[in-house]
Amino acid sequence: MKLKITTLALGAVMAAGPVMADLVFPSLSYRTGPYAAGGIPFADGYADYFTLLNERDGGIGGVPTRVLECETGYNTEKGVECYESTKGEGSLVYQPLSTGITYQLIPKTTADDIPMHTMGYGRTSAKNGAVFSHTFNYPANYWDGASGAVNYLLEVNDGDISGKKIALVYHNSAYGKEPIRTLEGLAEKHGFELLLLPVDHPGQEQKSQWLQIRRERPDNVLMWGWGVMNQVAVQEAVNIRYPMENFIGIWWSGSENDVIAAGDGANGYKALTFHNVGSDFPVFDDIQQYVVDTGKAAGAGDQIGTVLYNRGLYAAMLAAEAAKTAQEIHGTADITPAMMRDGMEALDMNADKMAALGMPNFGPAFSVSCENHGGPALVGVTQWDASAQTWSLISDFKPTDAEILAPLIAEDSAAYAAEAGIEPQC
Amino acid sequence: MFYREAGDFHTSYPSDNQTFPIRLDRYRYYAVLAVAFGVIPFLINDYWANAILLPFLIYSIAAIGLNILVGYCGQVSLGTGGFMAVGAYACYKFMTGLDIWLPTGPEGEYVRYALPEINIFFSVLLAGVVTAAVTVLFGLPSLRIKGFYLAVATLAAQFFLVWMFNRVAWFYNYSASGQINAPERGFLGIPVTGPATEAWATYLFCLIFTVGAAILARNLTRGTIGRTWMAIRDMDIAAEIIGVNPMRAKLTAFAVSGFLVGVSGALFFAVYLGAVEVGEVFGITKSFLVLFMIIIGGLGSIFGSFAGAAFLVLLPVFLKLLGVDLLGFPTDIVAHMQLIIVGALIVIFLIMEPHGLAQLWRVAKEKLRLWPFPH
Repeated sequence: MKLKITTLALGAVMAAGPVMADLVFPSLSYRTGPYAAGGIPFADGYADYFTLLNERDGGIGGVPTRVLECETGYNTEKGVECYESTKGEGSLVYQPLSTGITYQLIPKTTADDIPMHTMGYGRTSAKNGAVFSHTFNYPANYWDGASGAVNYLLEVNDGDISGKKIALVYHNSAYGKEPIRTLEGLAEKHGFELLLLPVDHPGQEQKSQWLQIRRERPDNVLMWGWGVMNQVAVQEAVNIRYPMENFIGIWWSGSENDVIAAGDGANGYKALTFHNVGSDFPVFDDIQQYVVDTGKAAGAGDQIGTVLYNRGLYAAMLAAEAAKTAQEIHGTADITPAMMRDGMEALDMNADKMAALGMPNFGPAFSVSCENHGGPALVGVTQWDASAQTWSLISDFKPTDAEILAPLIAEDSAAYAAEAGIEPQC
Repeated sequence: MFYREAGDFHTSYPSDNQTFPIRLDRYRYYAVLAVAFGVIPFLINDYWANAILLPFLIYSIAAIGLNILVGYCGQVSLGTGGFMAVGAYACYKFMTGLDIWLPTGPEGEYVRYALPEINIFFSVLLAGVVTAAVTVLFGLPSLRIKGFYLAVATLAAQFFLVWMFNRVAWFYNYSASGQINAPERGFLGIPVTGPATEAWATYLFCLIFTVGAAILARNLTRGTIGRTWMAIRDMDIAAEIIGVNPMRAKLTAFAVSGFLVGVSGALFFAVYLGAVEVGEVFGITKSFLVLFMIIIGGLGSIFGSFAGAAFLVLLPVFLKLLGVDLLGFPTDIVAHMQLIIVGALIVIFLIMEPHGLAQLWRVAKEKLRLWPFPH
């Protein structure tokens, strides 16, 4: 009990933080732990884009940006600590890159009037902006991913997948369980059989799941994995000689880290995506010139152009564009988190804008509205080429099955609204 | 000189038997309570509550609970994480209205009965009771097995419970994500769970349970039950010969320990985190963390439970502040350093002071008594 007095003394040190007039973008990253392989490139990409804006343009609208990095280790308790320690610094938007932390922050950010952007993860029904006023998940979410994968399978099977058997290998957590309802609905609609195979955290032990796949011989395997689980799954699939072109991962299971370890065996593995891959965009020349050559690259600087680096870059670009929109709406360069929220809700990403940023066709064109915080739900498919060591886009961004998804989103968001006592707006 | 008991005379048995018979200890205890209840609520902000004080208070309850089992009764348990999960899920079910499904027809027809929602304060207490029952159930093997073998049996409880909460949808009210979320609930009209809580409210709510747990544990361990626990711990055969009923002693230790661990799990979910995913929050690492707390703090000491909880909650925050905010190191380096430093400190503690921080405090008092003229 005595120690409480020492903690108070410590508080005096912490209360005296610096006050700076810049745009703060917190980055709740994880560069340690079992999910670091995915966390590092994303955090690097996120930080590098803001460094680029500062170096090249002097910030956003003349105000320099500052990335406030806080290590969560993908752990919810550290996530809470990070959120509480950074929110006082004027943090504009949170991107926790963890579904568990997202669930915790949805009510907190709403109460604190700070927006949160969960790009391709988090709670899917946050797409319904009428209920989730401060949570955004554009341009695509998990249910879009599930539907996109099934649509792709329909496409390669000439529109008929009835009687097929599709297995879902998923991380046994809120993240991995997200697509199950959608897939069950789709299984009913298209008449395929769904086989559910949960893998427990952190996902290093999957022998029994893959043994079952070997026995049941599903026509396709979908995977909702993250971190070390992906590498192990791809390796196990290679071990049982599962045809790689029938194995499709969600976008979190489709980076270089996941397939390189399995060598040539991983050739042909597919993954979904909601943004483009590779470093063949003008913006990478600027990153080389302003960030890498000046020695300001985040981390080790060896991730540039990888799938997850691009995702971090894309997330940062969307945040920066939303900040610009907010500056235009409110006519002030020094925006608050509440203004940032308005900017995110009015965000309009069109092809011209992306081309002007040096990122032509980097992601789908979309606009956000009060009702729709989830964007257009366009999903593409990429494939791994083991000899060239590159991912390439094999199916362009295509729409998903709103007929199945819309009622599910309405149902889940209504349940949340009832639970949390929220009056739907818009 | 600074710490003295000279001139502190007792003239009645109650006065001699009180919790803190030495005047200086007693005043310090009152002072700590006065600061905790009368000063901190006025100074607290969100960061202090959510990053430091809430985890400290809640882990303290868990550490006291485990200390009763391991430190006082000598029954090693690695199931703390799982038992905290029982507390969290029980609290969730009680606060959202416990539902019971009874079959009515022959083919999958059910009727749903639901209890009314129970006030959060009583939900937390009931969660403790449910956890106590579950813990006693998993404590039954302790009547036949000891030491490492019991540790393995409780480890099985840990994995079984986590698996069960992940598997059975009834526990998380059939939500799509398998997560449980604490809706807004208040005590005496003041919200203590959910997003719209004030820092002081959540802090005081947890403080009441922590102080209650400490008083309960302190008084139990000073009385007959505590003495039977310690007799079993020191030598079970000898204890049995002098008339201690080992079944009673062990199972009461499991029950009291389970109650406190359950309360801490309930608070951990409802007040501190607000949303819980069982595998990540109540995994095996949680069991080890609480065990480290009582080993570092001191086995068989209530103060040690507080000290250990404070040490393991504050040290990472302090190292992060020092490394990231003051020295400007990259976050990943600091995170790695943190693991190294905490690990090294645990090893150093076990070598230099195997009886933990509580023993360090006892030695300090001994020294202060003689200061400035030590022998």
